[in-house]
This record gives sequence, C-alpha cells and structure tokens, in this order.
Amino acid sequence: MKISGAEGLIKSLICEGVDTVFGYPGGQIIAVYDKLYDYQKEIKHILVRHEQGAIHAAQGYARSTGKVGVVIVTSGPGAANVVTGLGDALMDSTPLVVITGQVASAFLGTDAFQETDVVAITQQLTKWAVQIRRPEDIPSMVARAFYIASSGRPGPVVLDIAKDAQAGFAEWSHRSCNFIRSYNPHPEIPVSDITEIADMLNNAERPMILAGHGVTIANAEQTLMCVAEKGNIPVATTLLGRSNLPFNHPMHKGMLGMHGNLGPNIATNKADVILAVGMRFDDRITGDVKQYAPDAKIIHVDIDPSELNKIVHAYKAIHGDAGQLLTALLPLMKHRDRDEWLKLFKKCEEIEHREVIDPELHPNKQKMNMGEVISIVSEHAPENSICVTDVGQNQMFAARYFGCRSHRAFISSGGLGTMGFGLPAAIGAKIGAPRREVILFVGDGGLQMTIQELGTIMAYDVNVKIVLLNNSFLGNVRQWQELFFQGRYSQTEMTNPDFVRLASAYGIAGENVTVREELEGAINRMFDHKGAYLLNISIDADDMIFPMVPAGGSINTIILNPTTKLSL
Amino acid sequence: MDSEKELFTVSVFSENTVGLLSQVALIYTRRCINIESISASTCSIPGVIKWTITSIATRHAMEKVVLQIEKCIEVLKAFLYTDDEIVYQEVALYKVDTSLLMDEPHLEEIIRNHNARILDINRDFTVIEKTGHYSETTALFEELKRYNLRQFVRSGRVTITKSEREFVSEYIEKQNQRKNGSQQG
Repeated sequence: MKISGAEGLIKSLICEGVDTVFGYPGGQIIAVYDKLYDYQKEIKHILVRHEQGAIHAAQGYARSTGKVGVVIVTSGPGAANVVTGLGDALMDSTPLVVITGQVASAFLGTDAFQETDVVAITQQLTKWAVQIRRPEDIPSMVARAFYIASSGRPGPVVLDIAKDAQAGFAEWSHRSCNFIRSYNPHPEIPVSDITEIADMLNNAERPMILAGHGVTIANAEQTLMCVAEKGNIPVATTLLGRSNLPFNHPMHKGMLGMHGNLGPNIATNKADVILAVGMRFDDRITGDVKQYAPDAKIIHVDIDPSELNKIVHAYKAIHGDAGQLLTALLPLMKHRDRDEWLKLFKKCEEIEHREVIDPELHPNKQKMNMGEVISIVSEHAPENSICVTDVGQNQMFAARYFGCRSHRAFISSGGLGTMGFGLPAAIGAKIGAPRREVILFVGDGGLQMTIQELGTIMAYDVNVKIVLLNNSFLGNVRQWQELFFQGRYSQTEMTNPDFVRLASAYGIAGENVTVREELEGAINRMFDHKGAYLLNISIDADDMIFPMVPAGGSINTIILNPTTKLSL
Repeated sequence: MDSEKELFTVSVFSENTVGLLSQVALIYTRRCINIESISASTCSIPGVIKWTITSIATRHAMEKVVLQIEKCIEVLKAFLYTDDEIVYQEVALYKVDTSLLMDEPHLEEIIRNHNARILDINRDFTVIEKTGHYSETTALFEELKRYNLRQFVRSGRVTITKSEREFVSEYIEKQNQRKNGSQQG
C-alpha cells in the first residue's frame, strides 16, 4: 500500500527508535505535522518557542541519553534558525537528525517564499546533509541519516525534504542501515598497537591520561576508571569529559585547559607519556602548542582520523574508538609506584586551594561568588544529577566546582561556546532523563538569549532547576576587559529584567537570593520543590574565574589571581 | 614543520553524489587555498568518480585538507601527491587564424616541434591540440602568442599513480568484507 512521504517519514523515525522530537511547525513542513497528529501515541513532539531552542534541546536530549536527538522545523527561517545548533553539535560530536521542510521541488532555485538553500548552508556544519525530492527515497535516507549521525564520531545530519516529497505517495518499507561503502566508522586498533601503548604506559615514570568527550560517548567511563586504578595513572579531563570519572576519585586530578586545575596543566608539561583518548587538543587546552607537553611522548587515540596530528604531533596516532582501546588496554595494565609523580599533583592542589579555591569558596566580603554558590548547590544535589551549563564564567565555574558523580553528568557547549545553549539543553536533558535532577547554571546574558524557552518548561512541566548566576554583566568578556583591556567595560553591563517575576509569569517558581545567609535555605527549597525552579542569585561582578592560562600562552604560566602569576 | 609552499595533486575517489563538489571546494576555501586545476571523471572502479585537484600550499596544510576531504561521507579515499609520485598529463587547445597558418612558414615547424596536432580546420580558424605537462603546453602557448592566438584553454590535470598497490581497490575490498561480516553477524 502506498503512503505519503510524510507518513513514511514518521514511520521510519519510529523504526529508528525515536519516541521524542523537538520542533516547530511551518508552511513547508505542515504535511509532516499533519501526520504527527496521527502518531501522538508513538512520538511525543515538544513544541519549543524558537527553532534554536529545538536544536539545543535535542542536543541536551542526545547528550543525556546517548540517543539521536531529532528536530523538525520548516524551511527558510526555520532551517536558518537551527544553524547555530548544527555547528555546536558538529564540534561537540552530538548525534542529531534535523529534518527541515523545503519548498516543492518545482520551486527550488526560484527564490520561492521561505526558500533557502539548506543543504548549501549546512554542508560545513553537518556530518551529512542531503535533500530529498521523492517520497520513495525517504525511508532509505532516514536510515542512512541515523546510521551516520550515531556511528563513528557522532554528529548532526540534515534531511531537507521538499514539500512534494512529503505530500507524494510511495510504497514504504524500512530497513536500518549498517553499511555505507564510502564510510567506515569502526576502525580496528591493531593488537600490536595496544601492546605498545600498554608497554609505554607501564614503563612510564610520569604518565598521564587525558580523557575527553569520546570516553563519555563510548560509555567507557568505568573502563577508564579501571585502567587508571590498575595502572596507577592520574587522569585529567577535558571540559566535555568532566563526568568521565567521579570528581572525588583519587585518580581524577581535575580539568585541563585555560581555566583548568593547576595539576593537570603543570603536569602535562612534565609528563613523559601522555595517553590522550577521545579528545582533540582544543586551543583552550593546549595554549601555545609550541610549548605544549615538551617532554611527553603523546599517544593520541581518536575515532576521527582528521583529529590526529591536527594540532599536536603524536608519537603514536591511533585511529580508533576510546572504549575499544581502554577495554583492550585494561588486562595489560600493570601497577607501578609513582609516588614522586603523584606528589606533584598534591603540591599543585595545595597551591590551588590556598591561592584560588579557598578564597573563591570562603570570601571575606559580603557579595557572593559563583564558585561558592555552585559548590553549595553541588553538595545538596542528588548523586546522579546532570549539570548543564550555559557559556562563560558560569560554565567554567560549574566545570570546576560542580562535582559530577555519575554517567553523562556534564552537558555544556564546548567547541562552539554558544551562549543561549543552556536553558533549552537543560530542557532536553531532563526530557531524556526524567528521573535525574537536571541543574542549569546560567548567566544573565546567556539566559536572555533563549529565555523564551521558559514557555516550553511551562507547557510540558519540565522540572529543571535553574541557577541564575546574575552579576548584571557579560562576565567572561568583562573579565578579559579587566585583565587585558585596562578595565574598559565596553558593552558588557546588562540592564536586566526581574527574572523571578518573569519566571512567575510562566508559572515557574523562584526566588531572589541577595545575601549569603539566604543561600542554603533557597537551595533546599529549590530541590524540595516539585517542578521547575529559578534561583536568581546576585553575584559579585568582580568575581573572576581563575586560574587562567592566557589565550596563546604556555600552560605552565598561569594567572592565579589578578596579582599572582605562577610559573612552574 | 615544512612551511615551503609547493604544487600538490590531490586524488579523490568518491561516489557520484550531488553537492560533493561544493563540500570539497569549501574545504579549500576555509583554508584560503586556491584550486589551480580540477578535473573529474569515471575511473576503473564501477560507480566511482576520480577527481584530480592541484593546488599550491604547504604539505602541512594539504595533509589536513586531504583528511577533511576523506571525512566527507561519500568520499572513499583521498591521496596527496607531489609530481614525482604520479604520471600526469594535461591537454591544451589553441585557436589560430587559418590564414596565418597558410602564410607563416614557421607555424608548421612549431606545431611539428611541439608534437602538437591539428584538431579542426576551416576557412577562418584552426584548432591545435597539445597534450603534455603544464610547462610543455605553456611553451607552445608562448610561441603561438606571437601569431595572433585567438583562444587558448588548458584542461585540469589527470593522473595515474606510480604506486605498486591500488589502495582504493583494497579499501573497497576491505569494506565489502566488513559488509558481509556485518550482514552475517
């Protein structure tokens, strides 16, 4: 029996295991929405308030579940509004299938109403983008899309479906895809490489593991922990790999990079062997590449071969899956005493506590710091909480002071650094993991970039705990202006609305926290409340995120506070 | 790190898909590398398109370009070559006035010396064809320039590798094994 392309699309989505989609209807996708009406039992559609919200929510969903996030939007402006999210998902390896409506094929190229060349725009921001003009192509393209989005290095895929392909009728049958001749997402790591890596690590005096998002994506956190414990090797995590090990695990030495912990950065430049797994040596991690890890033989393992030798030269570059590598490595790991080496981390921790962490958590002033707020929220948060952040100081403080203790517990916009990511991503994360507490740390700037999604929270009763770290400034830019532009705060001061009243207009409970004494009680009320909650916390605008490796500097020259610089 | 710019040839083997050309072109654009010549055609493997792209850049930059090209889903393999690793050829066409051919005694000699041939001739003009390396087709161009050359055009480069092994065929063979394995498993 022939069915419409629109119905075939819905049925194919169901075949691929989709039960939730995020979207916004419009003229060129109306046929699909008409069919969604018939499949409400099978597919829950979350109607967002702006298409950018849809894609960030789908990212949050994908990140909290490991499944493919699905977005449905219309042509033209609808498609254009998801572009930022595509770039974000591509950089952060997030599996998405984004379905955009398109004008009927006869109108393509005529500047028809709401026509835009979606494939051309999205080619550089997706893993794969294709236009579908015939209903009979829909099932196979959907199958391909899911295979490409979820395999290898995951990423976003765009299916641009012309109106006549949605409306036309064709026979439908769906077969999932597991092979494309020109694509190999399952590289085998040769056994000889595994034994060589194991030997290098076992024989190293000062080894280190740099664990990135690839470990999370491969669900290999447990294996990583076992490798680190068995081999007695310290682990440092990237921003997106923050939940690879529990924050308080003795082998977890903290975060790498610009605002990372002292130990991991200093140790990188003293290590003799570095195993970098599922990470890509972002410039925020390496600082000046010429001065990066000078003494180390770097073993770089990544599922994306184009990442190998892209930024740093690897002594051994291995194209492979993080999970496969760690699993194969585990039985070969040998314990070795490395007391001297581990002492370095201890020493760095002491300095960092004295110079940075203690002043941040226990300031001698009336105004509150971001770090102390996040730290107290973290102490009160359930063990399996998911921490979602926006971008900027709130993100860096959350990465440093929120203690992740469970799988896929840290969701943030890493590579692209998209302000406005946080609120919709938190919504998606919660919808994907309804039994986990989802806590969003967001600034007053970023919140207002996608604040319309409070409407989505209202409509679907999404229980997200919003911790607004409000300093009435674009804090991170202000910090750079303070440190590097003589305190000239060009266009960074924000005149803000009354956020609690705004939330209240959406039926979201909340309260202002202006003094430290109110903080703990407010946090308790937030977690006790059944439903979304907004804490609008007044933060000292002078609070800055430290330590800091200035952009392009060496990672062992670190600013500890405005007056102290450390060189180790 | 090798920072000297030189001429590189990239061979790309891909499926025959709409939109792949712009995707590959954007990889060059993003790095501000100019494409000197490009040609594409079917090759010995059924369904596979072979492209040959030349550009002047550093090896370091080109290695990254090749990896990015290979990352495109529909690309099977991409390779980076310098001229010593390949056999390559271009074809050039030259249009001159037939009257000149009649009147100028040297023209025949030039065509003969350059191993060129006459492709088309009519009352008004004559089209000369020359295949060879860039320098060879350029040399003929320089000579014909003096004789009121009306048009000159040169194709993109086509190449055959000097390698003993056929890497693309090996890759496809491997992939087919993987396909059969995944279907049995």
